[in-house]
Amino acid sequence: MAGAAGKAMRQVYGETLVELGKTYPNIVVFDADVANSTRTILFGESYPDRFFDVGIAEMNMAAMAAGISTTGMIPFVNTFACFMVLRCGDPIRSLVAYTKLNVKLAGTYAGLSDSYDGASHHSILDIAFMRALPNMVVLSPADAADMKAATEAAVQYKGPVYLRIHRNECPDIPENDTQPFTLGKGKVLRDGRDITLIATGYMVHRAMEAALKLQQQGISARVVNIHTIKPLDTNLLRDCAKETGGIVVAEEHSIHGGLGGAVAEAIGRLYPVPIEFVGVRDTFAESGDYQALLEKYGLTSQHIVKAAEEVLKKKGAKG
Amino acid sequence: MLDHTRINLPHSSISVWLDRSQNTAGGTMGLTKERKAVLEGLCKQFRRTLLDTLYSVQTGHPGGSLSATEIITTLYFEVMKVDPKNPSWEDRDRFVLAKGHAAPMLYIALAEKGFFPKEELKTLRQLNSRLQGHPCALKTPGVELSTGPLGLGLSAALGMGLGARIQGKQFHTYVLLGDGEIQEGIVWEAAMAGAKYGIDNVVAILDKNGVQLDGPVDQIMPLGDVRAKWNSFGWNTLEVNGHKVEEIYDAIQEAHRVKGKPTIIIAHTVKGKGVSFMEGKHAWHGKPISKAEYEAAIKELEGGR
Repeated sequence: MAGAAGKAMRQVYGETLVELGKTYPNIVVFDADVANSTRTILFGESYPDRFFDVGIAEMNMAAMAAGISTTGMIPFVNTFACFMVLRCGDPIRSLVAYTKLNVKLAGTYAGLSDSYDGASHHSILDIAFMRALPNMVVLSPADAADMKAATEAAVQYKGPVYLRIHRNECPDIPENDTQPFTLGKGKVLRDGRDITLIATGYMVHRAMEAALKLQQQGISARVVNIHTIKPLDTNLLRDCAKETGGIVVAEEHSIHGGLGGAVAEAIGRLYPVPIEFVGVRDTFAESGDYQALLEKYGLTSQHIVKAAEEVLKKKGAKG
Repeated sequence: MLDHTRINLPHSSISVWLDRSQNTAGGTMGLTKERKAVLEGLCKQFRRTLLDTLYSVQTGHPGGSLSATEIITTLYFEVMKVDPKNPSWEDRDRFVLAKGHAAPMLYIALAEKGFFPKEELKTLRQLNSRLQGHPCALKTPGVELSTGPLGLGLSAALGMGLGARIQGKQFHTYVLLGDGEIQEGIVWEAAMAGAKYGIDNVVAILDKNGVQLDGPVDQIMPLGDVRAKWNSFGWNTLEVNGHKVEEIYDAIQEAHRVKGKPTIIIAHTVKGKGVSFMEGKHAWHGKPISKAEYEAAIKELEGGR
């Protein structure tokens, strides 16, 4: 079960960058006037010569990073996730992904986590865009420990990486943090026989809660943290489909094109079983308290439980 | 050339500031007669090769390749330090063809340099070729950056310049922009960043041929006083006749001397230069060449026009 509220992912990210800056003198950090929010301000204070706040010009930021990467530097590009996709999208596709440049794209305030700023600042289509790009690695950590490991993995990997970063304090998940983070490999946080709950980001914690509730109903739910959405751990997904016969995917993203889509594509091909999706249901959300938004837009453990019950019904009918 | 103040002259009178022989202050050695002749010979040869190539594949952009011929030739054959045997040599000078549709002329120059066999030019834009319709840095030896979607090249070049500075490297980065291209907003984002960080190891060259795909730049989206704009953004600005190799060369040398800010060389050019029926015609931005047109063009080029 989830532990106490941990550090905010963005804070962990900012601190990890500072640490990495010591061992990697070739890391440079770009920000577009949101350094205090992305926490790259910490890197800027530690390494002012390797920090570039390029102002409110995200597209230029991403293209400059692409250029500097060709000289052997490892640039981290930082802005809100929604702007990373929509403002930096062209250089990300045309330079970074197309040419497999060693650029790290850190999209913070992902999902609904920038809740009060409203739908204009929410990011519920970034996974869809990033995973549609050839050559892009898509990382979506679940808690503070994952965040640190994902940032380190991004540096060790040579090529384009998108890091999906949550704004707020997230509960630490002990079952997650005792397992190593391996790029491209999902983590089974809890074993189960009847159904698999596959989640990413903040929703991993929610899936753990849902598994407990299902247990009270006598349902044994496996929980998998997919922190690497691309490349997807399809072997693990196939095994889960085979062994539990039903899947629920939960993500803080549109139900279209995100992890749910990725899992459905894999399962449909490898081992089709009933599947349900917990995510934002093809709508723009609104301003409000973060937890209230998750409640209203269908992203609670209770929504995962309901989805699981649907899958189990279909599974029963099928069997 | 050394006068950084605004010179606002009509296109037709460009020769006023183009007469380099009257202005060699600042210690510019300039091109020798011999080198000038060599470069001009290469330009003639490259135009011919361009026509051969585009005629044979029946696709590609002649207009913007012809306006950029002298600029690309001067860079690769007089200015830049590159090693075709070791394209990723880390101290090499970089060239970014921001106006990626002029890829054919870049490929011709790279082939002549020896980055890949000249015979490969006939595979331009064809299946399984290393020569993509727009430059791809992964596929083509010598191509530094994938370009095509306009506007990204200047920003990327500034990134290369920053990378050189941080690592204490001496190489220069040259980036060739189209004048239609600078209608893209990102170019002006880059203009601000270049000035803020004083990236003086980057030299931008504007191929100001006055014509874009849909028509004359002045009609489609007027650029106003381009030199004044770059000056006001904090750049060092120079103007040359973009078809005179000696002027291009001198301007680049001058750009190297200016420290603390990036330079843009505004090169006045003619779209389709060298083939009279293509000159200044937006229809020739990208259009297949017929047999009769090909023969007429070759005749003109052979005539040494």
